[in-house]
Amino acid sequence: MTTTTIGDVPFEGGASGNHQGAVRSCDTTGLPVCLGAQRFIKLHAVVAVVWLLIGGTAAILIALTRWPAVHLLPADWYYRLLTLHGLDMLIFMILNFEIAILYFAGTTLLNCRLASTKAAWLAFALMLIGGIMVNIAVLNGSSDVLLTSYVPLKASPWFYLGIILLAVGALVAVINFLATLYIAKRDHTYEGSVPLVVFGATAAAIIAVVTLLHGAVVMIPTWLWSMGVVEYIDPAWYRITWWALGHMSQQINVCAMVSVWYLLGTLTVGAQPVSQLVCRGAFVLYILFINVASAHHILVDPAVGASWKIWNTGYAMYLAVLASMIHGLTVPASIEVAQRKKGFNRGLFGWLVAAPWSNPGFSGFFLSLIIFGFGGGITGVVLGTQQINIMAHNTLRIPGHFHVTVVGGTALAFMAVTYYVVPLIFQREFYLKTWCRIQPWLFGGGITLMSIGMSFAGSYGVPRRHWDMEFTGAMFSTGFDSGAHLMLGLMGVGAIIAVTGLLVFVLLVVAAVFFGRSNAGRAMTPWHEERQVAEKFRTEDTAGDDEHSMPGTLVLALFFLACFVVYYFANWMWLADVWHVR
Amino acid sequence: MSIHQPPADWFKAPDSTERLWVGLALIWCLVMFIAMPYWYFYGKQNSVGEGYLVEPMEFSQRVSKFVETNKVGELKGIPIVEAAPGGDVYLQAMMWSWFPVIQMRKDQTYRLHISSLDLQHGFSIQPLNMNFQILPGYDHVLTITPTSAGEFSIVCNEFCGIGHHLMTGRILVVE
Repeated sequence: MTTTTIGDVPFEGGASGNHQGAVRSCDTTGLPVCLGAQRFIKLHAVVAVVWLLIGGTAAILIALTRWPAVHLLPADWYYRLLTLHGLDMLIFMILNFEIAILYFAGTTLLNCRLASTKAAWLAFALMLIGGIMVNIAVLNGSSDVLLTSYVPLKASPWFYLGIILLAVGALVAVINFLATLYIAKRDHTYEGSVPLVVFGATAAAIIAVVTLLHGAVVMIPTWLWSMGVVEYIDPAWYRITWWALGHMSQQINVCAMVSVWYLLGTLTVGAQPVSQLVCRGAFVLYILFINVASAHHILVDPAVGASWKIWNTGYAMYLAVLASMIHGLTVPASIEVAQRKKGFNRGLFGWLVAAPWSNPGFSGFFLSLIIFGFGGGITGVVLGTQQINIMAHNTLRIPGHFHVTVVGGTALAFMAVTYYVVPLIFQREFYLKTWCRIQPWLFGGGITLMSIGMSFAGSYGVPRRHWDMEFTGAMFSTGFDSGAHLMLGLMGVGAIIAVTGLLVFVLLVVAAVFFGRSNAGRAMTPWHEERQVAEKFRTEDTAGDDEHSMPGTLVLALFFLACFVVYYFANWMWLADVWHVR
Repeated sequence: MSIHQPPADWFKAPDSTERLWVGLALIWCLVMFIAMPYWYFYGKQNSVGEGYLVEPMEFSQRVSKFVETNKVGELKGIPIVEAAPGGDVYLQAMMWSWFPVIQMRKDQTYRLHISSLDLQHGFSIQPLNMNFQILPGYDHVLTITPTSAGEFSIVCNEFCGIGHHLMTGRILVVE
């Protein structure tokens, strides 16, 4: 075992004798890096960044179309690029990134080799071919059906086939990860329980299997229908089953993101979970209860009864929401405990102010936590409340919600971890470190503004997925309050800032990966030094070995709960004002 | 650390702050869960999903018959139709129109049947901002009571092709 440090964080690591296959010892952390897995981590990460760039280009064009003062694209290209944006971001980019995380967690953290290189190649090829197939089918104008492709709106068979290939590829990769877990256990490459990050990744993998199987159940008949083999797909059946793919896949993202939070907490400030039992228990709650969240999109559908809606909407008594609220405490708590142990013990929040904000791995991670919790978490539960959904279904409130979960939360966390993936896995140094430090703030800040604009425009009733909210040329003229126009302007400004942050990210990563200085053979340049941090937050009175000192986190959590309660009951009040309906 | 194997004795009870937070969060989750059945019984706004299978042709005939017997006027060439309070009202969605124009009395209750003849559509009453999903092959029945008078727009908020933004309709609520 060797001990090394990243910044001021000590690491214990080192490849033990049990590892089979080619392996290198990480020059920074001392952790064993399986070279077979490293290749696929790189491949999937590069492909993820390509999808991110394409999806981001589409994003700015559609945002500038929805900003009524700009109204950039014609209608057909708006819907086409909206379809492309949804698929590239929500499915191709994010799944490729998650496969990279699974390969990392299964090999490096368990000191194990990847179960099958052939399967990894197969998975990679299927995911890439599927992605290209779908992108071509959308861009050639044969599949303007949006992400959800609700029947009987019909796309080209290549569109459905591409999604099926992607799903099969992802499934192969997930099974490869699970096989790696099996080999690690069988060959005793580790003792006792798996690390928390591996546990979270496994939870994500289990949810992914269930999700992808639902994808097969809905997409294969739909593909056959698009070719005329199957005559009829019931739209109500399609919606319920599609959302078992569509919303459940977002729960993979949540699980993967929370795992990345724990990983980054360790990499940036040396945090460790306060109670392993609580953190792992919360992941188990995700596996057991989060799957039913697909009901969120069916809340105002016909032919689905109220009791079914209420039970499923409640995630079975909100036990998955409970899991997220638990992580919302335990993640910052682990940071607070670690910081206080180092002596940053002044006041309630000295530990947070003295955190390494100059480290994009930390700032990206913590912003992701705040944006996901306060923005995405609260709005998600409120919008998913069965009756409140009447005021929200298919309005801009919905994308307003999921852009602060999937983008401000998951994508930002993935960007943050990239500031370690590039130096540690690609073994390249970043250029323009000041821009690296600004990037999470640009991206996170832009997305937050954009989502606020969307959410409030949605509260005025502005529909999502709609080319012209002024309904130019419609039989009955209609329109929205000037407040809605203002909010869409805010959305547009936010989108410009966020996409700028995205482009900066892509440029920094491309420059580092292809032209960066190699750091093979030596430790990565640390993102922060402890001495850069304001010493005034140190006190003589350190928390020492007290593992229970987290008063600042508790105050933050109580503030979060207060915001949640206020927003929740405010929505019931608004609901009480609309027409009576049953 | 989160990336290292946990100590052998990790399976132990959490400390007091964590216990407090888990307890508070659980109570809040239960409050939210109970709120939904409570509103189902005591609240006035619910989506119970009353729906029946119906062939698009069959539904179209019901709409035509309803318009014939209940027409009270015309707005931009589209018939205005009013049913007796408590009666059945039919609304047809298709690319890219809502048919006919519906007239209702304030504080009277109607059974509003909505279905689509082609794709999925979104029934969205503005500026009230009430939204329901409309599927082809399903008659979605809303037992609805307008509590405010005036002229309301129906917009489509489920993507239904290139003319999606043209799909608007009217509901007139009179005192």
